[in-house]
Amino acid sequence: MALSVPAIMRTTAARLSALYLLLFALCAVALVFYMTSLSARMLTGQTQETINDEVLGLARAYQRGGLPVLVRVVEQRSRQPGANLYLIADTNGQILTGNVQSLEPGVLETEGWTTRPFSYQRFGEGELDRLRNGLAEPGTAQAEGQSGHNAIALVLRLPNQMIMLVGRDLGEPERFRAVIRRALTLALGMMALGGLLIWFFVGRSALKRIDGVSEASRRIMGGDLAGRLPVTGVGDEFDRLSENLNAMLARIAALNEGLKQVSDNIAHDLKTPLTRLRNRAEAALSGKPKVGDYKQALESTIAESDHLIKTFNAILMISRLEAGYSSENTVQVDLAATVADVVELYEPVAEEAGVTVETAVDGSFIVRGNRELIGQALSNIVDNAIKYSLDAVSGKPVVSVSLRREAGEIRLTVADNGQGIPDHADRARATERFVRLEKSRSQPGSGLGLSLAKAVMKFHEGRLDLLPGDPGLSVVMSFPERTDR
Amino acid sequence: MRASRSTEIGYNGAMKILIMEDDREAADYLQKAFTEAGHTTHVAGDGETGFALADSGDYDVMVVDRMMPRRDGLSVIAALRSRGNTTPVLILSALGEVDDRVTGLRAGGDDYLTKPYAFSELLARVEVLNRRAGARESETVYRVGDLELDRLSHTVKRLGQEITLQPREFRLLEYLMRHAGQVVTRTMLLENVWDYHFDPQTNVIDVHVSRLRGKIEKGFDKPILHTVRGAGYMLKGG
Repeated sequence: MALSVPAIMRTTAARLSALYLLLFALCAVALVFYMTSLSARMLTGQTQETINDEVLGLARAYQRGGLPVLVRVVEQRSRQPGANLYLIADTNGQILTGNVQSLEPGVLETEGWTTRPFSYQRFGEGELDRLRNGLAEPGTAQAEGQSGHNAIALVLRLPNQMIMLVGRDLGEPERFRAVIRRALTLALGMMALGGLLIWFFVGRSALKRIDGVSEASRRIMGGDLAGRLPVTGVGDEFDRLSENLNAMLARIAALNEGLKQVSDNIAHDLKTPLTRLRNRAEAALSGKPKVGDYKQALESTIAESDHLIKTFNAILMISRLEAGYSSENTVQVDLAATVADVVELYEPVAEEAGVTVETAVDGSFIVRGNRELIGQALSNIVDNAIKYSLDAVSGKPVVSVSLRREAGEIRLTVADNGQGIPDHADRARATERFVRLEKSRSQPGSGLGLSLAKAVMKFHEGRLDLLPGDPGLSVVMSFPERTDR
Repeated sequence: MRASRSTEIGYNGAMKILIMEDDREAADYLQKAFTEAGHTTHVAGDGETGFALADSGDYDVMVVDRMMPRRDGLSVIAALRSRGNTTPVLILSALGEVDDRVTGLRAGGDDYLTKPYAFSELLARVEVLNRRAGARESETVYRVGDLELDRLSHTVKRLGQEITLQPREFRLLEYLMRHAGQVVTRTMLLENVWDYHFDPQTNVIDVHVSRLRGKIEKGFDKPILHTVRGAGYMLKGG
């Protein structure tokens, strides 16, 4: 993709690379200076040592034969090739002997080590240098007139007040320093280049993946709700980010789906009773005005409305529970007590219908949750069980409620001995909203009881399972058993 | 069975009710319905007005909508309670989250009803909340007509004849007697006798009530536990 420079600089990868490069370069420059100054100091030390040795030798010569021997030795050594400089001058600074033709003025005036490198001209080199510099290297540092070479030296005063200078040319250490500096500078350049290359490949690839993510999210925002962000499978930060965002999208899609379902259900299932309501009112109005008829019509209207309100509330409750509502108002719920409550609540209804309700609860079963919701879910299930046990195949209709621990769960089972739901698909469908299986259509109820129970179980991070009984149907509410809270 | 008529609802005496409801139409309907039931009403269209009215007036019951402009219902209730106002409050809410009820009662409400609701339910609850009618808490013996319930010895007598009740039946009768002469709905019974707040799918409460009725009316001439159609039950002697 083509990106302008400001656009590139806007990317995090580029900015980070630039920052790293800058910091790294600063470190490298500091390193170069440190290294060169260190090596220069080391070489200067070495040079001084050499000079000291030389002076020692000359001192011995002086002790042996006085000034004449010294002068001879100096002359001798001056003729040898090398970096050493020798000079003997009279008290006025007039050069008497040695291999130095001229030097910076003032060098001979202070005794001891020269404080800084000075320039000088060696005997016989002046002409040659001028010639070479003039032809081959115009404008370089070496070509600047008299100051052909740099050196450091030890200036001594001989007992007869003559001045002796023993020094060493700095050409070699300076060349060495230049080599180091060049090498380090080159390394720095290569590093910069490397940084750029790294940015180009790493940064660009990161950029590309982020672009992929934003491209995908644009598509999803544009209406492709089933779309997901790309995941490469490497498992890096980008993948984790995409996976999390995908999980979020899936959750949103599920909520959206739930919302759609609710509105579909409301449209579909509330329309019928509403129409009935309207028709009844219309029929009452169109008939002969009779108080008794009106009263009856109004009463049935109220009854129908109450039923509508109940259904409506149940739908809302289910969608809220399914939306993953997380409550801080959960408490310790004693399931055994809830079972006792609900069974006690339904016992008279069951007895009136000729259904025996048995309970098998032993021990304490505490879960964390909402007592009201669990009670409501259980009463819906028991309500169903009583209704469906009525068409028991053989024997008396019985509903049994049991509570036990199984496979790390607390399972509350409500079993009836009715016809059950033999078909697997039907069993699965039975907990869907408003689904009323064929044979239950004649029974009163909204078709929301089991869906509500399922939503309640989901809310409690548990499950609602419909299992074939022998005979009949077993509805199992499984709560996760928690030891942590 | 004799069906009591709606004229009997609210016979317990007229109440002065403050309605805080921002929906004009709903407020008008409530005002009309409460007036028909024999009560006096004032309406406040927002939280600030409601607070000012409640703070200055002497109301028997307040019906407070949770979501109102300028000041929401819960904060009005909390403010009134902190000023020492103990007028019973019924909260109306269109929310209906799982624990809205808990939040509402914690803020100082005495009862909670989720919209949409049946007016008969609201009326019954408001009449039960009326503090002038609720002086029975402290009594140890309830008497309604010839029926007598002793809360300490857990005995029930009618015309001096002892009637044996199951513990739950006793609590059911106790609640009905405490609110004798008032309509008690099925959900109110489930809430107060069983401590569950939901609409039972079938007529479970009815069967419990008819069992109780069997025990306290069988062998006696006069019916005492009446069914109020479209609303609930009422225990009434004489």
